[in-house]
Amino acid sequence: MASMSERIKVMLGAEPQKPAVVSPEAREWHAMKRMNKDDFLAMKEHAREHQIVSHKWRNRRWAVLLVANLLFTFSFWLDIQMLEGALTASRFVGFHLIDLNSALQVMLAHKHIIVNLFIGTATVFFLWALLGGRSFCSWVCPYHLVAEWFEWLHLKLVDRKIVSDHQFHRGARTVFWLLFSLLAVVTGYTVFETLSPTGILSRALIYGPSLALGWVLLLLMFEVFYSRRAWCRYVCPIGLTYGMVGTLSPVRIMYRLEPCFHEGDCKKVCLVPHVLDMVVKGRAEHTEVPVGPDCTRCGLCVDVCPSGALQFDVKGLSRML
Amino acid sequence: MSDLPEQNSDDELQPPPGAQRPRVPVRKEAARRKFIRSAVLTCGVIGISLAGWIPVARAQKTRLRPPGALEEHDFLSSCIKCGQCVQVCPVAAIKLGDLDEGFGLGVPYIDARNQACDFSCDAVQCILACPTGALTYKKPDFTKKRDGMKLAHDPVLKAKAKDVEPTLNLKERIGVARLAHPETCLAVQGKGFKGRARGAGFKGTMRYMEVDRWKPVPVRDHPYEREVCDLCVTECPIQDAIKLEEFVGPDGSKRHRPVVLEQCVGCGVCEMICPVEPAAIVVDERQEWKS
Repeated sequence: MASMSERIKVMLGAEPQKPAVVSPEAREWHAMKRMNKDDFLAMKEHAREHQIVSHKWRNRRWAVLLVANLLFTFSFWLDIQMLEGALTASRFVGFHLIDLNSALQVMLAHKHIIVNLFIGTATVFFLWALLGGRSFCSWVCPYHLVAEWFEWLHLKLVDRKIVSDHQFHRGARTVFWLLFSLLAVVTGYTVFETLSPTGILSRALIYGPSLALGWVLLLLMFEVFYSRRAWCRYVCPIGLTYGMVGTLSPVRIMYRLEPCFHEGDCKKVCLVPHVLDMVVKGRAEHTEVPVGPDCTRCGLCVDVCPSGALQFDVKGLSRML
Repeated sequence: MSDLPEQNSDDELQPPPGAQRPRVPVRKEAARRKFIRSAVLTCGVIGISLAGWIPVARAQKTRLRPPGALEEHDFLSSCIKCGQCVQVCPVAAIKLGDLDEGFGLGVPYIDARNQACDFSCDAVQCILACPTGALTYKKPDFTKKRDGMKLAHDPVLKAKAKDVEPTLNLKERIGVARLAHPETCLAVQGKGFKGRARGAGFKGTMRYMEVDRWKPVPVRDHPYEREVCDLCVTECPIQDAIKLEEFVGPDGSKRHRPVVLEQCVGCGVCEMICPVEPAAIVVDERQEWKS
């Protein structure tokens, strides 16, 4: 997981690899953790007793997501003209904002870029490059929220052994991204927009329900009964577009080796557990490892971690503070 | 190992009960199944997405698009499906396409019979709101254009007739009106009209200059009384787009018929206001002018 190219490869679908070189400090910590099993268990137990069950980041995130989406709705309903349009394209107090994947689809299909389209796309590009790319997914995308609720149902059913999670190859999403781009270029239609639950839900919230919600429901049923969070994990090209944009983002989750108990609770709640490969015993190559670009910065791992090993981090800023 | 045990279905990792030793290693078999599953998923989702082509290719749903729309194919490709045009329309004439329109999902259209565009906004706000140029005053050079779509001369908006600049920015038509059912037309039958044009339950609104220039009012709140029904002519927002022509009926009486002129932009107000069912006059979307 050392280099950026390695992290991007993992986002595109490759399996995370064991680090080739582990720093001396990290090696020291790994060695120290090879303690007596009983001692380790006792330590874990002790930490567990002091663990505070928190939903801090989840609640904040849900609040932000709801406010963002309802701002669209109320801007139209109450005619307050704050945020006009839908998630695919909008105007925030007059400034153009255009969803990066929708913009890409239109540009590829129409092959013509007018000034407003460029301005809106560039604004959103810088916004999310700064705020963490895929944080769009978990902090704004309405489908993410609904899928999170249905995921709870899926996990309950898995618990009772009624359904099981069928995984797909994560590379499928990269293939989808390429195919939908190719289809836009070749057919001249924004083919992906016809299926995008993000666009469908956003429009439904603003302009009222539509038949298209049936498709969204179908996706949710697929996720509940067949494959956990399948759309976000294996299909949605929006996630990959924002993932690429957020590759160098200063906002990320930081993993610290020292307090980690390597229990893997974080991977169980994570939408993209492959980015948390460093939490596996012996995998962290440094004492601090930033989580890769496929991470949606949802903060579920931060909430669930009993020892505070995973924290939000802003590159440069945290050190200053 | 990055996979968590609870994320794998057990039946795929374990050999079936009774089997001695699987011929293929279990892990390899699981990987093979995962690959096939992923291939099926890919083909399935792409297949479903391409089904959106069927309604478009069949053109079952040819829609009247908002003013300034590019030609249908260019319009579908350039529209980002955000509905900003919907939000700025003062008479709420613009609706968004649903799933049954395939690639037309989320693309704006106008159902003129229910609510036509009457240019109450004067400046064609939907064109100004469009972030991608799907609705535009000036079509880019590379897009397809048809001769008959351009208006003979700049259309004069009746509501703006006394303004310094009385013309509408839009120089192209979105369709052309046509007297589709002369037999039901009240003027052709020599009849007048009295009352609410579309009944008490009609929700459509329109700008009436004598009421308020900037606030459209419901059509049902604006009853009419005409010796000879000429609503399509008087309510037409564009100057010289339609006129009433006199003719002598089979019984020798004086009759009238609406005649669509070359300045018709295809806004659909005549179709909305026509008091008979079905409307005697309709707008043919994307029609060019044929003299």
